[in-house]
Amino acid sequence: MLRMASSFPEEVLEHVFSFIQSDTDRNAISMVCKSWYEIERWCRRRIFVGNCYAVSPGMVIRRFPEVRSIELKGKPHFADFNLVPEGWGGYVSPWIVAMATAYPWLEEIRLKRMVIMDESLELIAKSFKNFKVLVLSSCEGFSTDGLAAIAAHCRNLRELDLQESEVEDLSGHWLSHFPDTYTSLVSLNISCLVSEVSFSSLERLVARCPNLRSLRLNRAVPLERLANLLLRAPQLAELGTGVYQAELRPDVYSNLAGALLGCKELKSLSGFWDAVPAYLPAVYSVCPGLTTLNLSYAAIQSQDLIKLLSQCQNLQRLWVLDYIEDDGLDALAASCKDLRELRVFPSDPFGAEPNVSLTERGLVSVSEGCPKLQSVLYFCRQMSNNALMTIARNKPNFTCFRLCIIEPRTPDYVTNQPLDAGFGAIVEHCKDLRRLSVSGLLTDRAFEYIGTYAKKLEMLSLAFAGDSDLGLHHVLSGCDNLRKLEIRDCPFGDKALLANAAKLETMRSLWMSSCMVSYGACKLLGQKMPRLNVEVIDEREPPATRSESSPVEKLYIYRSVAGPRHDMPDFVWTMDKHSALRLS
Amino acid sequence: MEGRSRREEVCPQLLDLIPQNREWLVNRDKERSHGSSEEKKLELRLGPPGQDWPLKENNRERDESLLSLGYFSPMASGAHNTTNISNSGNQGSVLSFSPWSSSGKFQQQQGKAPTTTFLQSLPVAKEGSQPCCPTKVVDLHSVEKKASSPATTPSPAPAPAANTAVPNSSQKRTAPAPVVGWPPIRSFRKNLASTSSSSKPSTESQSYIQNKIMREKKPLETTRKGLFVKINMDGVPIGRKVDLKAFDSYEKLSSAVDELFSGLIEAQRDSSAGGIQNNQEEEKAITGLLDGSGEYTLVYEDNEGDRMLVGDVPWHMFVSTVKRLRVLKSSELSALSPFSSKQDQMRLDSSLK
Repeated sequence: MLRMASSFPEEVLEHVFSFIQSDTDRNAISMVCKSWYEIERWCRRRIFVGNCYAVSPGMVIRRFPEVRSIELKGKPHFADFNLVPEGWGGYVSPWIVAMATAYPWLEEIRLKRMVIMDESLELIAKSFKNFKVLVLSSCEGFSTDGLAAIAAHCRNLRELDLQESEVEDLSGHWLSHFPDTYTSLVSLNISCLVSEVSFSSLERLVARCPNLRSLRLNRAVPLERLANLLLRAPQLAELGTGVYQAELRPDVYSNLAGALLGCKELKSLSGFWDAVPAYLPAVYSVCPGLTTLNLSYAAIQSQDLIKLLSQCQNLQRLWVLDYIEDDGLDALAASCKDLRELRVFPSDPFGAEPNVSLTERGLVSVSEGCPKLQSVLYFCRQMSNNALMTIARNKPNFTCFRLCIIEPRTPDYVTNQPLDAGFGAIVEHCKDLRRLSVSGLLTDRAFEYIGTYAKKLEMLSLAFAGDSDLGLHHVLSGCDNLRKLEIRDCPFGDKALLANAAKLETMRSLWMSSCMVSYGACKLLGQKMPRLNVEVIDEREPPATRSESSPVEKLYIYRSVAGPRHDMPDFVWTMDKHSALRLS
Repeated sequence: MEGRSRREEVCPQLLDLIPQNREWLVNRDKERSHGSSEEKKLELRLGPPGQDWPLKENNRERDESLLSLGYFSPMASGAHNTTNISNSGNQGSVLSFSPWSSSGKFQQQQGKAPTTTFLQSLPVAKEGSQPCCPTKVVDLHSVEKKASSPATTPSPAPAPAANTAVPNSSQKRTAPAPVVGWPPIRSFRKNLASTSSSSKPSTESQSYIQNKIMREKKPLETTRKGLFVKINMDGVPIGRKVDLKAFDSYEKLSSAVDELFSGLIEAQRDSSAGGIQNNQEEEKAITGLLDGSGEYTLVYEDNEGDRMLVGDVPWHMFVSTVKRLRVLKSSELSALSPFSSKQDQMRLDSSLK
């Protein structure tokens, strides 16, 4: 077999490899032999770097000279919840500078949780002749001026997606920088922008791009103007509305309903800011075709949601606020048999008392009624082991199960016991579970179950759980496929961490904040594990001014072949083999 | 149980992290490969800190494992050990800096613990398990059998955690302290709650709920740390941030803005024009921010994205709705005045078309 393979001409192998899309398969190919490594690296067009500090741009460019598409991730996931101090890092600029000369034919850049300045956007606009896709997901550091540069220069741009980014809104006129000859737009997501975009520019842009399939507007686009846009783009498959509230006027309603009726291909709806129930029936005509519905900005009450959802029988993905309540989830379970993903967000996460009637019952109901459900994010205020066990038995095909019981360390509300057995049942029954977030009162036993059963688990989020190092040890020693582990406010410390030091090299990253890892252990880990970057984050004072045994505030550990990074702010300390000298 | 003297002996051993851990890991793996029957025993040994650590046979295994898997030299861990001990005198201060103070609960438990501070403040010390160490061990024993096959017979939760549940549930009755980043919701979703509440009438129950959001959420979000908002000034390329919690009135905010920007303005003027009269001009410029009498006027963008004049509403209402500040040239403000509300601005936008 090996001989046969090596007798193929390189061109043939290259052609064969070109059909292989998966990164892991590609990586496996490059491990076969030196010649496969060589062939593969020259024909790799698409690169994913899960941590921008794990490798340097130069190393990537040296190995893969012909890249067309790159995806980079920056800050740790907990940055989403303000746990990573502002200014931590994740700057994309070194990558853009390096790629600007190395990859003139780069077509796609997808960034997540990175800081990108206007200068970098301008460099992108100038450097890549055939640039097509820019996705900035949860990014920051740039303004509408940078977007104007992209609009003005990227003639072949197909996709501009600013999903959940924090954009400095200097002017709504950046959209007018798309030249009149520009017609290639396929997807535009500006839902994160706060201020108004120039509406006339938007209308003209939408009208002249015949391939536009996805348009997600921001809250500032008034409902009265939506119909006009839709009339210009009846081919849309994905629509994010602006504010979904207007003075009740028959003409506004009928225009909107009429325009939506023309959108025969709509598969996805989102937006619905401040939605008023009176305008909801306008979308009924497109509901049967919908597979995705994001109502997580719409404070719509249960009975209105039930009416809407009963129209959406082919729905596969639903994001919604907890106003849906248990009754709404019962209705969902009854009418949406194709549902794959459900996210229920809290409308009042900081209230001391429940403001809606949403309990474990709704989730149980959906797990019974929707046989294809595989991904759940669920915020609620009470849970029981029995409910979790029922869900686990109903749903052995979960790949993602994220449950947030809002009050930390809430026990089973029926028995007042920890939720160990319930989560144990989830990991035991759901063999394909890749992502898990646990909450509620949990002892180390829950982590024993996780370590024993969750063999495919890749990402685990823990908060306010466990009672000793043993808990963390179970997870690190048991979850063979674990790549990302994030922990906050758990009594896990040095023993578990140091005992599993080698495991950390097999993972992408470990985040621990408000845990019990000592500064001394961090130093030791950094010194003994040269391929790990061990970063101590402390905004109060240098950790070296306290004792070795003092617990560090925040700890971020990740493997890297690039060595310690050079862009650390003054509240981050990296523990490497020189740090002992530097700090003492 | 063997009790305190035993545990205290053990403390230095606990600090000797690396060999312990090697042994722990190796033992565990070994036993797992042998089958799960041994695992229970191991777990018991590992449960409470200092319970069984310095058993003779374990020490032997530990050394072997150190040889076979030695990532860490015993020298290094030895050195580590001594520094820890020498530092133990500072533990009181360490405790007070404990990150647990953010959640409150752990510290409280530690504070109640009657045991020596030395033990509590060890980096490996575990809250909860220490004060109630003996009971916990007993519980683990009693429940071990029941929980040994939890997977096959998912029984109601095992009892061992009952003792951990008790202190927790008793604490639950006190109002929870706000914790940064919990519940894990993106900040734009939090903003969503507050903005939809102010702009949406809807049903009665809902407005009640939303009023509640307004009442309860705001103090939570703002008391914990400062309320930093961005502030930009016309003609100054670099923005600043101000902590609104540091002020309690518009006057103080106004003088803070003066402090933030007057130097920058002055520097710019000096470089562009130069001259002594500029200094006076600058001093005049940054006053009158609030009543429109000066060269500059302070405006803000509220949580609905509308631009408003600073000073129109009571201070606390301003603090709870402001998203960012801007110091505008008063001359430009008059040109902008039709834009003062979002609707107007959109109307204008569309008429431009």
